[in-house]
Amino acid sequence: MKYVDEYRDPKIAQAVAAEIARTVTRPWVLMEVCGGQTHTLMRYGIDELLPPEIELVHGPGCPVCVTPLEMVDRAIRIASLPGVIFTSYGDMLRVPGSESDLFQAKARGADVRVVYSPMDALHIARVNPDRKVVFFGVGFETTAPANGMAVWQAKREGLTNFSMLVSHVLVPPAMRLILNSPANRVQGFIAPGHVCTVMGYREYEELVSEFHVPMVVGGFEPLDLLEAISMLVSQLEEGRAEVENQYARSVNQEGNLPAQNILREVFQVSDRQWRGIGPIAESGYRLRQEYADFDAERIFGVEDWHAEEPKECISALVLQGLKKPLDCPAFGKRCTPMTPLGAPMVSAEGACAAYYQYRRHAHA
Amino acid sequence: MPDTLTETLVCPTPLQVRDRIVLGHGSGGRLSAELLRDVFLPLFSNPVLDRMDDQAMLEIGGARVAFTTDSFVVQPLFFPGGDIGSLAVHGTVNDLAMGGARPLFLSAGFILEEGFPMEALRRIASSMAEAAAAAGVLIVTGDTKVVERGKGDGLFINTTGIGIVPDGVRLSASQARPGDRVILSGPIGDHGIAILCKREGLEFETEILSDSAALHNLVAAILAASSGTNSIRCLRDPTRGGVSSALNEIAAQSGVSIQIEETCVPVREEVRGACELLGLDPLYVANEGKLLAFVAPEVADEILAAMRRDPHGSAAAIIGTVGNESAGLVTMRTAFGSTRIVDMLAGEQLPRIC
Repeated sequence: MKYVDEYRDPKIAQAVAAEIARTVTRPWVLMEVCGGQTHTLMRYGIDELLPPEIELVHGPGCPVCVTPLEMVDRAIRIASLPGVIFTSYGDMLRVPGSESDLFQAKARGADVRVVYSPMDALHIARVNPDRKVVFFGVGFETTAPANGMAVWQAKREGLTNFSMLVSHVLVPPAMRLILNSPANRVQGFIAPGHVCTVMGYREYEELVSEFHVPMVVGGFEPLDLLEAISMLVSQLEEGRAEVENQYARSVNQEGNLPAQNILREVFQVSDRQWRGIGPIAESGYRLRQEYADFDAERIFGVEDWHAEEPKECISALVLQGLKKPLDCPAFGKRCTPMTPLGAPMVSAEGACAAYYQYRRHAHA
Repeated sequence: MPDTLTETLVCPTPLQVRDRIVLGHGSGGRLSAELLRDVFLPLFSNPVLDRMDDQAMLEIGGARVAFTTDSFVVQPLFFPGGDIGSLAVHGTVNDLAMGGARPLFLSAGFILEEGFPMEALRRIASSMAEAAAAAGVLIVTGDTKVVERGKGDGLFINTTGIGIVPDGVRLSASQARPGDRVILSGPIGDHGIAILCKREGLEFETEILSDSAALHNLVAAILAASSGTNSIRCLRDPTRGGVSSALNEIAAQSGVSIQIEETCVPVREEVRGACELLGLDPLYVANEGKLLAFVAPEVADEILAAMRRDPHGSAAAIIGTVGNESAGLVTMRTAFGSTRIVDMLAGEQLPRIC
């Protein structure tokens, strides 16, 4: 497949891995921030190609994983109300809340529909004027512009039966939390390529100058990741700390300005709860006051609906790169994708699920 | 810092109690297997059923009769490369053929929703008739029920089939042995992706057609090429749940491991493209005209050659080998040379594709 196979060439991969092995002189701990990158690393076994000095730990960048329990409970609550059509990306449907998930709400009679875009949800609202259509707006800076656009469009059209349950989170505050932790082991970051496609990488330059830790904006194909690791190792070995852009075919310093405009128009930065991590100040988006009529939490009165996160699961440690999934005694036994005990086992992009899917024989 | 960093290695156990049927129970993956294990098998258990093949094998008056049933709820009813009518014939013919049987007779049960267009029903019935004639089977009995508007989804079809198994042919998912070769009859994922593209209105430069086809001739060719030996262990059509589910079931039932080679598994460019775009793995996507053959190593090349002479096996390839590592484990050597697990689908990848 053109423009994909070029980035999956095993011979080039081995050459880059050999180059990394020649460069490295001592152990380094690197974190890939994004769950999509974790998935690629596991799927292609890239960590097996690397010299033993390089340890990869997996970051908090799986939007499904970090969506808080109480937000899933609110979604189920809204979806179960009469007259509501609840729309969502497919993988949110399996995420367990306190007692149930959206698939089970659907089995109990809730009208829950999988869509591939928030624009599909808008369309459903247009053709069902007597129903209240809610879209579950989940994700990082990558999904936020399209969701913002849907709300903006709904306001422009005067749609009164469309709203969004907003649970957007931002990457840089989570990286700051990791870097501020006294337990932090991460010495270099592969920054999330798709987030930077939207936002550019100025925010990451700020983090680098504050914490003196190297970062490389990386893509999602095997060779993207190997090249990003190679660039990080070079920085570390040479004692440099700067932002480099491996994913230049998609990312530039400024990012996608029209997308950023729609974000500023529709959303404002707010505190957010992260599943497995806890509250992080100014780490997400909520709808601006001008768009309050589209805020599903307000419309359906679920803002005060809270749930206690189980504190025992080690996902907080996994999401911050302090533990590997295989370190958990429940991994692959009581905790599987069928019976997820914690967030990273839920989504295909979660670190635990990626290990389970591709790697548990190493554990057995 | 949140205080959840406190290191306690105990997970709570909010196990998901499934008190209702969810869509994943119909996905052909792990939830479907759980449904069988927890609800049906304990109540229906008998030696024929407990073999858990795609068809029951019955001894009646000295003859070995293969007996199977399948229900079809696909949406849309008409899709590129077929429709629910031809699919309902091919699906049951193939389940018989995978037992080594010559398919002979089918039943057809229709559940129709009030208001369903007569013209569409005629088209579907005529497509069934054509498919049955082409497969050399007779539709000899049937049933029709009509449910109120809103209580069905247009049309559901059930077909049941019987066929005769030639002497000396004994195929079962429990017979794979270490050293056996795994042959796949052609490129995977066509049916599932054709359905999904049609349903979601996705278009590619080349239209992706369902591979829906009757495979009894391909099976006959395989059996003929191995005449008189027990070298064909098992045949399986990887429908719902795709190749990964079929391999996992066979590995579990035979108590063996299976390793496949990523570079050997045929996938059409356009299907790969669609899977990339939709975030799907072709190994989990449904097929309706492909089979997996587990054969003894010494006959593998001969069987492969015989398969390639059949129009439905022209792109057949040896994709893997049976091993004796942990029972039930399916792994894939990636193009990168690393090894990863090919797991059974946990829940739902696509809603209702066959």
